[in-house]
Amino acid sequence: MLKTEELQINIGPQHPSTHGVFRMLVTVDGETLVDLKPVFGYLHRNHEQLGEVNTYLQNMPFTDRLDYFNSMVNNHAYARTIETLAGVEVPERAQYIRVIMDELSRILNHATAMGFMLGDMGAWQTALLWGMREREKILDMFEYVSGARMMCNYCRFGGVVRDIDDWFITELKKLMQGLPHYFDDFEGLLLNSEILLARARNIGVLPKELALAYSVTGPVLRGSGVAYDIRKAEPYAVYDRFKFKVPVGTVGDVYDRFLVRIAEMRESYKILEQALEQLPDATGGFINPKVKQQSLKAPAGEAYARVESPKGELGFYVVSDGSGSAYRYKVRAPSFINLSALADMCKGYTIADVVVILGSIDIVMGEVDR
Amino acid sequence: MSDLQTQMDLEQQGVLFTTINKLYNWGRRSSVWPMQFGLACCAIEMIAAAASRYDISRFGSELFRASPRQADVMIVAGTVTKKMVPQVVRLFNQMPEPRYVISMGACATSGGPFRDGYNVVRGVDLYVPVDVYIPGCPPRPEALLHSLMTLQAQIDVQALQQVRWYGDDEGVVNEFPIPVFGAEGLEVAGIPGTADPVGGTPKMPPFVSPALGGKGERDASIKALEGNQPKPMLRAGTVTIEEVGHGIAG
Ligand code: SF4
Repeated sequence: MLKTEELQINIGPQHPSTHGVFRMLVTVDGETLVDLKPVFGYLHRNHEQLGEVNTYLQNMPFTDRLDYFNSMVNNHAYARTIETLAGVEVPERAQYIRVIMDELSRILNHATAMGFMLGDMGAWQTALLWGMREREKILDMFEYVSGARMMCNYCRFGGVVRDIDDWFITELKKLMQGLPHYFDDFEGLLLNSEILLARARNIGVLPKELALAYSVTGPVLRGSGVAYDIRKAEPYAVYDRFKFKVPVGTVGDVYDRFLVRIAEMRESYKILEQALEQLPDATGGFINPKVKQQSLKAPAGEAYARVESPKGELGFYVVSDGSGSAYRYKVRAPSFINLSALADMCKGYTIADVVVILGSIDIVMGEVDR
Repeated sequence: MSDLQTQMDLEQQGVLFTTINKLYNWGRRSSVWPMQFGLACCAIEMIAAAASRYDISRFGSELFRASPRQADVMIVAGTVTKKMVPQVVRLFNQMPEPRYVISMGACATSGGPFRDGYNVVRGVDLYVPVDVYIPGCPPRPEALLHSLMTLQAQIDVQALQQVRWYGDDEGVVNEFPIPVFGAEGLEVAGIPGTADPVGGTPKMPPFVSPALGGKGERDASIKALEGNQPKPMLRAGTVTIEEVGHGIAG
């Protein structure tokens, strides 16, 4: 009987495929992975502590830097929490604008995340560059409305900081014309490649029960076959007015998670179309003028609000003591909780699959470590 | 007429002259390979700079190397935390000379928005010498390209006889001290107590930029920061805020 020895290998924190400063201590038996221990904290930036020192408004730009691919969604979630806490009304137009920005973020996030994942599989550059190409187009729109490419800082309590205008809508429609073509092309990259299929099918299987036990959310959960989407389960903003489907996978492998994301981009496209059609005119205003933004004081109490970020359930929990800043501030970061399932997803597969599985979870260290 | 004028006239007629310095620097400046090493948000803009729209390969820097042994420049793109800084210094020590550091973004330069955090290092130049700083949070990809051009301009004026990695390297530091966690926190050899306490200013001055002739020594012109008392953090309730209206008008 041949005896093999177990070997412990350290991947990261400086590694091209760990998506930031993340470290994995893996134990391998030959090529097969026996155990995986994630080590994080390399990007712990005291987000929650700073959130308890800043005023409510001062904290808005800090939320941008949580999941730095989707600053618009983070802003939305945080603004919703404070609005719940302080009982602020949001005009309808602002709700629509927020939905448009959220769905653009979703397309942007999935395009780049899947580009990175295919890159990890060995489809070096093409997939990533296609994703970055779409990202640049969307970032131009963000820059037009908010003034910044990545860190938009766009939402305010009771609305958004600036209205969108006709130019934005025309340009957005132009941008959207190219999107279906991109979805098809991108899907084809994986589906037409025998090598990539072999690396994606039946790899990193996360069974339904396990996914629920880990309280995994977002595309990872839906890839495992659970049709749970906060936009449907607890509609916020104006999501109950749109028709869209919640795509789910069957097996829960890397392949399913990829397909779910492609399908989600297509659904986002549909939401965008409907939102642009239903967008109310500017008479209702884009921000609640009664809210004092800089000196906002929330009544004592607590609030939790969540949105469906492209990575899963993003929630903010704020406890107020009646002063101008939070007494306790907690972020429920989807990447962090999805990452907890990594070890179970990787066990039994080869070490080369680990980076692919990690890519398919789609983590951002800014959000994991905070 | 100067030699330079004659040289330029002749070059227009197709006769090429060069000096060994020019040739050497031309070779180095045209292939500055960065290390593939992202820390936080700024790294995404670094990737954007490498993608097709901004196309960093126009400057000869498209080959992001995963190993520090093959890299010429370390782009510190993102927040350096106390847990990460020993690795950053170690990576820099592993790079072969000639090596350069670009500090990308507010975080790497000074701690940026997270400067007040207990786990954030107030500038990577406290631990490794920095050649080019880029302001911004995050800097646009164009700013990264500009920093690369600035670095190339710095390379252009380096003379082979004087560069710090040839000849007698008297006084040249090749290994920078790796900070370790001690009883009080992050400690650097030779600096009493915690190097980078929470609040106030760090207790050590930054390294002199090699572009300004630094050989790995700390900037003596910056006063010792021993007496610095950490400032208490203000809670929002303790300051009065004058309301200036919401949003941007118009
Ligand atoms: S400077 Fe800004 S964008 Fe860059 S890492 Fe720091 S917080 Fe992120």
